[in-house]
Amino acid sequence: MSLLLRARNAAALLTLPVLLTACAAAGTEQAADAGPPKAGGVLRLGISSAPDCLDPQQVATNASINVARQLVDSLTDQDPKTGEIKPWLAEKWESNADSTAFTFHLRSGATFSDGSPVDAAAVKTSFDGIKALSTKAQLGYGYLAAYKGSSVVDPQTVRLDFSAPSAQFLQASSTVSLGVLAPAAFKKTPEQRCQGNGLIGSGPFVFESLKQNQEIVLAKRKGYGWGSSLFKHQGEAYLDKIDYKIVPEPGVRTGSLASGQLDAATDIQPVDEPQFKGNGFSENIRPNPGVVFNLHANTTRGVLADEKVRQAVLKGVDRTEVVNTVLTPNYKAATSILGSATPLVSDLSQQLAYDQKGAAALLDGDGWVPGADGIRTKNGQRLSAAVVFSPVFNQNRSALELIQQQLRKIGFDLKIEQHTTAETTQIQLSGNYDFLWYNVTRADPDILRSQFSTKAGNRSKLTPGNPLDAALDAQSSTVDTAKRKPSADEAQKLIIEHAYAVPVFELTQVVALSSKAHAVDFEASSRLQLFDAWLS
Amino acid sequence: MRRYLLRRVGQAVFVLWAAFTLSFLILYLLPGDAVSAKLAGGEAGASMTPEQVAAARAEYGLDSSLPVQYLNRLVAALHGDFGRSVATGDDATHMVVTALPPTLAVTGLALVFAVLFGGGTALLGTFTRFRWLRQALLSLPSLAISLPPFWVGLLLIQFFSFRLRLLPALGTQGFAALLLPAITLALPTGAIIGQVLAKSLATQQEEPYAEIAAAKGASRWRVHFGHLLRNAAVPTLTVAGVVAGNLVAGSVITETVFSRDGVGRITASAVTAQDVPVVQAVIVLAALVFVVLNLVVDLLYPLLDPRIARTPEVARG
Repeated sequence: MSLLLRARNAAALLTLPVLLTACAAAGTEQAADAGPPKAGGVLRLGISSAPDCLDPQQVATNASINVARQLVDSLTDQDPKTGEIKPWLAEKWESNADSTAFTFHLRSGATFSDGSPVDAAAVKTSFDGIKALSTKAQLGYGYLAAYKGSSVVDPQTVRLDFSAPSAQFLQASSTVSLGVLAPAAFKKTPEQRCQGNGLIGSGPFVFESLKQNQEIVLAKRKGYGWGSSLFKHQGEAYLDKIDYKIVPEPGVRTGSLASGQLDAATDIQPVDEPQFKGNGFSENIRPNPGVVFNLHANTTRGVLADEKVRQAVLKGVDRTEVVNTVLTPNYKAATSILGSATPLVSDLSQQLAYDQKGAAALLDGDGWVPGADGIRTKNGQRLSAAVVFSPVFNQNRSALELIQQQLRKIGFDLKIEQHTTAETTQIQLSGNYDFLWYNVTRADPDILRSQFSTKAGNRSKLTPGNPLDAALDAQSSTVDTAKRKPSADEAQKLIIEHAYAVPVFELTQVVALSSKAHAVDFEASSRLQLFDAWLS
Repeated sequence: MRRYLLRRVGQAVFVLWAAFTLSFLILYLLPGDAVSAKLAGGEAGASMTPEQVAAARAEYGLDSSLPVQYLNRLVAALHGDFGRSVATGDDATHMVVTALPPTLAVTGLALVFAVLFGGGTALLGTFTRFRWLRQALLSLPSLAISLPPFWVGLLLIQFFSFRLRLLPALGTQGFAALLLPAITLALPTGAIIGQVLAKSLATQQEEPYAEIAAAKGASRWRVHFGHLLRNAAVPTLTVAGVVAGNLVAGSVITETVFSRDGVGRITASAVTAQDVPVVQAVIVLAALVFVVLNLVVDLLYPLLDPRIARTPEVARG
């Protein structure tokens, strides 16, 4: 694999001049004034990996969600700017005091693509269906962990009951994972739905065809008229069709866009970004909400059991240098354990400022003495820990190698261990790690509970009943932002204070567009929302 | 001849069983499994507790003991059923069978190009009287084999697709989409064929029969393309049988670079995801192709050299 990567890097270097001239040529065709949006056309959109499944309720990778999002509507939508929950299939909703029951009042007139109505009974069937999918619905399973069942109050009103406070459910109701499928869809097996068979939603696009590892085509839903209150226009989508082309090789993806064989491309790599500055192309950028890329410490292992050591690592990472060196200015240095696009994020940039002297002072005071090779030791123990990662994001290795150099300066030896994704899951579940390197996308602070709570993932291996647990539980027990904010703040503050995890940078979605493509937008979870997209 | 055939079929069955068993063992020995790979949806926000993972594993039959899993899979495989892909939920056999035609199209064309390129350089290189041309032609294979296919593919795309806009960079639509990947695959394969053929031709040129044929008045052309080529073809054919099998392995790279569906792409993603049903379907199929190709090669030998067919029969009585 490393050979293959090296070959690609060599190829990239050699082919860069060719590409740049190709761009310059394309750039001369100046983008005319786009004018008002118009209907029609097929958007050829290059994506980097093949969706493993197309069923919105079963998908869990960004590639799959970017396709599935267009097929289903959700009960609610989330404002990407404010994080507020807004009407979509539900006009309004209310929840009880401890967030264990949610009642949704559905709008009238919405139908699934097989003609059946989107009513309370259909919503109940759909949610029960997700629960029945069990672990096959990876994301929905988590959101509905405490789901007891739902009841049809009247044809337009449905109530969902939970066995434990589930404030996060309101945001979850806006995600693609809890998108509503028609009752008829559940007559097919989960495997059939994955392949597109029986994917009957009420969304602005309908599934047309799937060519494995090649392309997925969606067509406009005729007569669609129940878009989210956040959509820029109402009625049908502008595009006749969306043709997702699966192009795994980043150089080919950008080259195809530059040479007009694609209208837009996702997952533009940091090295390829400069090609799309100006010259008729444009970029659409959004950082992912949720947990940022971080070194998540196992507080029970080796030197990381020492809080001073963890705090020194937190100070010894120069986030700005990571962003400037291995990423691009489109990426943001972490300002909290949560990304800046997450609702209820706190600004902890002061605590996360690079402070090499402070880190060294902490270690000096703790009795760690620099050895002959520059790495500190204490009672014969080396100041060393390993980080486990998988190459899901291309720049992971480069980022970690730079962090390794930075930590060397404070006398900390970071070992980098690359594994396959399957192995990292295994290692994470076994608890056999010093640091884990990962990020998680979710537009709700409750994501912290699933990674840090001793009742959930507990990646830091904390002991039950700690103050962080209390803060995490408190934020999950109310949907009232004013009440939720202090506990969410407290949780973020505790994580940084005790350096349970060392946040580094925010994963960012970069989509490049030709001069023809417009409004290829992101929803609150930084996945593509193509309802308003159009071609000139 | 019947005994010869029976023995060959017996060998083929053994190869298929060994391929199945080895792939199972290797994938089992790797840490993690298909469920872990599938649940590693970190980017998307899924996070499962160990209990949930155990439940999912049970659902895919990954919780039973190694011999039980092996026997279940083997019995099913004998019926042509390799199970469902854990990653996509699709039937593994169906996935591989639908991925086969695009791969066969590219590898078939690549084999044609490889024979033309390898055979052409070797024949011309050994035939020509110009020393410089001989050296230039005979060094082409070493050059071609040292170029990484990944890089060649990207260069071809840059030039023919992005700059000249003559050929598509993506997809499997039409004959035009076959050309660039076939050329990419043909270069290293053709190089091997070319080197072996050139070497054999050079050896045959030294043989007394070549001089005798020339002395009897055969033209240089007839000696080279008639007598020498016929004898040099035997080792070349052996090598061609092996490299034709390698073409399928090479498709992992070309199918990724050229965004094509095919056996290579399926294999690469299935191995990463430790998707045992798919990997086994691919491996058994690849072994089958290999075995059949070699059987064809073996059956072609007697046509080129009748002594080959007779020798084993005589030796055994």
